[in-house]
Parts: sequence; C-alpha cells; structure tokens
Amino acid sequence: MTKPHFVYVTYIRSTPEKVWAALTDPQTTKKYWFGITAESDFKPGSPWALKFEDGRTADTGEILEADPPRRLVVRWRNEFKPEIKAAGWSRCTMEVELVDYYPRYAERTVDGGKAVKLTITHEAETEAGAPLIEAVSTGWPKVLSNLKSLLETGDIAFKA
Amino acid sequence: MTIDAMDAVFRALADASRRELLDRLRAENGQTLSELCARLAKSGPSMTRQAVSKHLAILEEANLVATVKRGREKLHYLNPVPIHDIGERWIAKFERSRLQALSDLKKNLESGEQ
Repeated sequence: MTKPHFVYVTYIRSTPEKVWAALTDPQTTKKYWFGITAESDFKPGSPWALKFEDGRTADTGEILEADPPRRLVVRWRNEFKPEIKAAGWSRCTMEVELVDYYPRYAERTVDGGKAVKLTITHEAETEAGAPLIEAVSTGWPKVLSNLKSLLETGDIAFKA
Repeated sequence: MTIDAMDAVFRALADASRRELLDRLRAENGQTLSELCARLAKSGPSMTRQAVSKHLAILEEANLVATVKRGREKLHYLNPVPIHDIGERWIAKFERSRLQALSDLKKNLESGEQ
C-alpha cells in the first residue's frame, strides 16, 4: 500500500450517526453528491457502487471495513472512463469522530463545542493509480462542502 | 463555516512562511516535518525546525493541514476544504465559469511575457 495521496478533513456540526447516515443512505448522497447514489448494504465483503441519476454506473468496488458510525473503507474503481478505469483500484477510508470543534474556540461554539471530524483519505493500490486519484481529488472538496452545508443548514451550497 | 473557524483560516494564511509551507505541500503532499525542513534548507526562506513545527501546528488548527500517522511518522497534507468553503461563500454559482475564463486569460498572458 502506498501512502495516502490526499487527506481531506471537514468539521461538521452534527452527530456521528447523522454523518454516517449521510454517507450510506442513497437518498441523502443524491442531495450533496450531484445526483449520485451510493448503493451497498455496507457490510464487510459486500459490493458497493456509485450510480449516476440516469442509472449508469460511475464507480464500483467492495466494502473492506464497516464500523458504523466510525469507519468505512471502500475498495474503489472507476467504471465510466476507460483511461481512469485502467488506472486500477484505489482505497478510500472515511473516518467519523466526535471531537472538540476548532479546539481553541471550543468555548465560543454551540453544542458544547463538539463537532464531527470527517476525514477522507484516498490512496491508489499501485503507482499506476495516479489518474484515478487526480480525478477523485477534484471532486471531494465540492462533495464535502455540500455535505457539511446539507447537515448544518438543510440545504446544499451549489449544484454542479 | 463559523466566524471563529474562518478567523482561524485567515489568521493562518496571513503569514508568508505558512503560505510557503502550503505551497510545499501542494507541490508534494504527505511530507514529514524532517522532509519539509530538508527541502526548505535547500531552497526557500530559512526557518528553524521549531518555527516550521509551530507554523504547521497553526495550519493544522485552522484545518488547512491534515495529518496522518504512518508508523512513527506523521505525514502532513494540504487540506483545501476550508479554502473551498470560503470561495463558495463569496463566489456565486453563475460567476464560476467567467472567473475561470478570466483566470485562464491572465495566466496565459502573464506566461507569454516571460
């Protein structure tokens, strides 16, 4: 396993259970992931897929680890762009932790200063995986901004 | 993003050394403190190991740097999510493509000068 190619962190004023539900419920992923649904029963060894709104498959893979509401690891491959599919498999880890929200400012924030820290790391299984990592890394900041905004305000920030 | 979190981001960015560290991580993500120090010693502003370590702590507190432990090593990653949140707050959706065009034009013209 190579070292992670990127690590994205966002703090969300919500509960770990709600963040987990948002990562695993297809009707919710649709709202912040530009119409994409995550389909799986989220049990270790089960298949996993991301589907576009029109039913086409975007990505497929397998659940490697699932420890609700704390940790989800997905083996992940692109399916809709041949050149990215050729880059092979990657591994995406999503970690959900209840932490102090920006520690220095904790006493000045709501909910006793607690927030959910969502950490996404994505690494390719081999060095040939760079194109896949590049493709997903442009998408994650938008997806995470939308997810944060959906859970905190009930609405997403932008749609495409 | 709350006002306090945004204050932390702007305060962290208001320092040339910390922006330099973010540039280094953008060029090569996932560096250890020692790797960052070694590369800065070769080229760039002189910073002691303590100074680099202090700047990284401030960047991490502002969530501009995320860290991952691999064995005994602590790897540092540029975390662009708060900067993305800030952009989103002041850039309207319909302006996005025009701003991109303007930025491309600027890059194009300025690179042509050299």
